[in-house]
Amino acid sequence: MIRNIILAGVGGQGLLALAAVIGEAARSLDLDVKQAEVHGMAQRGGVVQSHLRYADRPLRSNLVRRGTADLILALEPMEALRYLPYLSPGGAVVSSAAPLVNIPGYPDESAVLEEIGRLPAHRIVDAVGLAKEAGAVQAANMVMLGAGSPHLDLPASALTGAIESFFTDKGPVVIETNLKAFRLGKAASGTS
Amino acid sequence: MPTRLLLGNEALAQGALDAGLSAAYAYPGTPSTEITEYILRSHEVRRGDVVASWTANEKTALEAALGASYAGVRAMASMKHVGLNVAADPFVNSAIAGANGGLIIVVADDPSMHSSQNEQDSRFYLDLSLMPCIEPADQQEAYDAPAYAFELSERLRIPIMIRLTTRLSHSRGTITTGEARHQNPFSLPDDPRRYILLPLIARQSYARLVERQPDFIRESEASPFNQWIDGPDRSLGILATGIAAGYVLDVTDGACQHPILKIGQYPIPNTLLERLATSCDRILVVEEGFPYVESKLRGAPARTTPAIHGRLTGHLPRIGELTPQAVADALDLGSLPTPAASSTPAPRPPALCPGCPHADTCHALTEVLGARPEGGVVFSDIGCYTLGALPPYNAIDTCVEMGASITMAKGAAAAGLHPAIALIGDSTFTHSGMTGLIDCVNEEANVTIVIVDNLTIAMTGGQPSSAENRLATICAGLGVVRDHVRVIEPHPRNHEANVAVLREEIDYAGPSVIIAQRECIQTARRRARKTSVEGEESE
Repeated sequence: MIRNIILAGVGGQGLLALAAVIGEAARSLDLDVKQAEVHGMAQRGGVVQSHLRYADRPLRSNLVRRGTADLILALEPMEALRYLPYLSPGGAVVSSAAPLVNIPGYPDESAVLEEIGRLPAHRIVDAVGLAKEAGAVQAANMVMLGAGSPHLDLPASALTGAIESFFTDKGPVVIETNLKAFRLGKAASGTS
Repeated sequence: MPTRLLLGNEALAQGALDAGLSAAYAYPGTPSTEITEYILRSHEVRRGDVVASWTANEKTALEAALGASYAGVRAMASMKHVGLNVAADPFVNSAIAGANGGLIIVVADDPSMHSSQNEQDSRFYLDLSLMPCIEPADQQEAYDAPAYAFELSERLRIPIMIRLTTRLSHSRGTITTGEARHQNPFSLPDDPRRYILLPLIARQSYARLVERQPDFIRESEASPFNQWIDGPDRSLGILATGIAAGYVLDVTDGACQHPILKIGQYPIPNTLLERLATSCDRILVVEEGFPYVESKLRGAPARTTPAIHGRLTGHLPRIGELTPQAVADALDLGSLPTPAASSTPAPRPPALCPGCPHADTCHALTEVLGARPEGGVVFSDIGCYTLGALPPYNAIDTCVEMGASITMAKGAAAAGLHPAIALIGDSTFTHSGMTGLIDCVNEEANVTIVIVDNLTIAMTGGQPSSAENRLATICAGLGVVRDHVRVIEPHPRNHEANVAVLREEIDYAGPSVIIAQRECIQTARRRARKTSVEGEESE
């Protein structure tokens, strides 16, 4: 088993937390994990992406090769489209519906969603709405974790365990909010 | 064995702690920052067993580590690649003076310039200094490297460079940790005169360093970081350094038909290289960084048997970091089918945060200079405020290297430019700006220096600034007339007043300093959050 995932978003959306939770879940199952992330200047409201890989055999590259990603999991719809050449022919795009417009010249918002909708395997999720329902708009990243979970090939218990350990310093309220966000996202993915 | 999921930087830091590290010094710089962040958070530092500190710049970091090594303990200095330029003097000379306690100098290169102004390859400093180097290929090797390098450093009595690159520094991988080793006791060198680099002593030490190069090469030949991975098809041999070896193994699915020589320790292991060169018809050199080994192997005039291919021949891109696809292309493995690229996404460059004090300083500067018929030039520097070069600000004209704002403004002013403005951050000023300010004072340069003081090293994540709340005292102490050291608060409500102060100091014919002081919006927010959590806990 090997999974190649591109995580896409914008600085400040909690993309690295999302990467850390999936990576920790895979590690807890004794899988080998590689996860490349972006630090420094690029984080100032600019594009943030992470290559995340795990497998039941040793992985050698920190980066995903073009044409091999099983999943593009995006916290922002325009960012979902930025990485299509990484996707394998059978790969899926799961994206938040909410555009983050912090630049001039952001493309037509409905056209962005329509373009995602034309991809063979896609799902668009109201991550912000569901995160508010869970209790905190910042938990949109965990909604997207739930929404993407059918493509991760990891048991839900490993993911919820990783959520609990990631947010352990923030206390039980924050943990419960993020678990609820995960469950709402998972329900929105059409699986339970 | 339990595993941990760590960044390459964190794995290296944990490896150093487990290898008996006693002292760690660094100036923050992407992609090296997390090494020292990790050490500062460690139990060893909190218990007081390890000394770790952010220093004024990379030169002072390396010198402090050299002093700790002199006193017999294991020490480390960490920096980004351009930081090694700042620390080049102690770097090159420490190779001649040598090490007592193990001394490692970690340098993180940034190919593709994700957060840097160039992509220089630190391995070229090995030729200048004749110092050995370890280049880990993955997170496990990043963990293993410090223990190996400390031992090597103490045995060969020389500092060891550890070279990282962005993609390893900032990628997490699973590692298994080993046994922790005790720290060295305090112990002064038994031959302390080698630290006196008077020509008559330095000549002998340098000659000895040159004589010992074959020993260093023999160390490389036997190193676990250099590895021959055999393959039956000798029509091609692959030489891959550091993390490049991982890409070769990845795109060939761990079943490469060609022999691979993986290099992770320098000086270059000549015998292994010769084995590859004499047994293969063609050699592909795959390196993360400059064509360092490739150009040596190729020679001048270029050797043709075997043909040497790589970045210099267009088989791999000449610049930028490697990718699995670039390596696959070089191995003629072709492309995989994928959906077509979308032309919809617009560029989303980094920007100053909403509410950032630098934005207010930029607005004030553009208003003042825009109203002057002769314009004026804003010489700027390295930090978040460099983003003032982009729309909507368009407020700065230069950014070259740490500290260049003040000295370039001075040079341009002497050549006839007015207004000549320098825009520099608080931490960049203490890193490399203060010496330039002394030059300004001594030459009575007609420059206006704006120190944007956000009370932190913001770009790298909010490390403490070296001279918090002491900048006005420092500037006056360096000789700036007290009345022309002004402090303003960059905030929309003070815009008119700040514009007036800028105008007054531009019109003053001499060096003046305006300290634009307001805390970074990110650290202020973080502190507020922390205070409110602590408040709730105490209730």
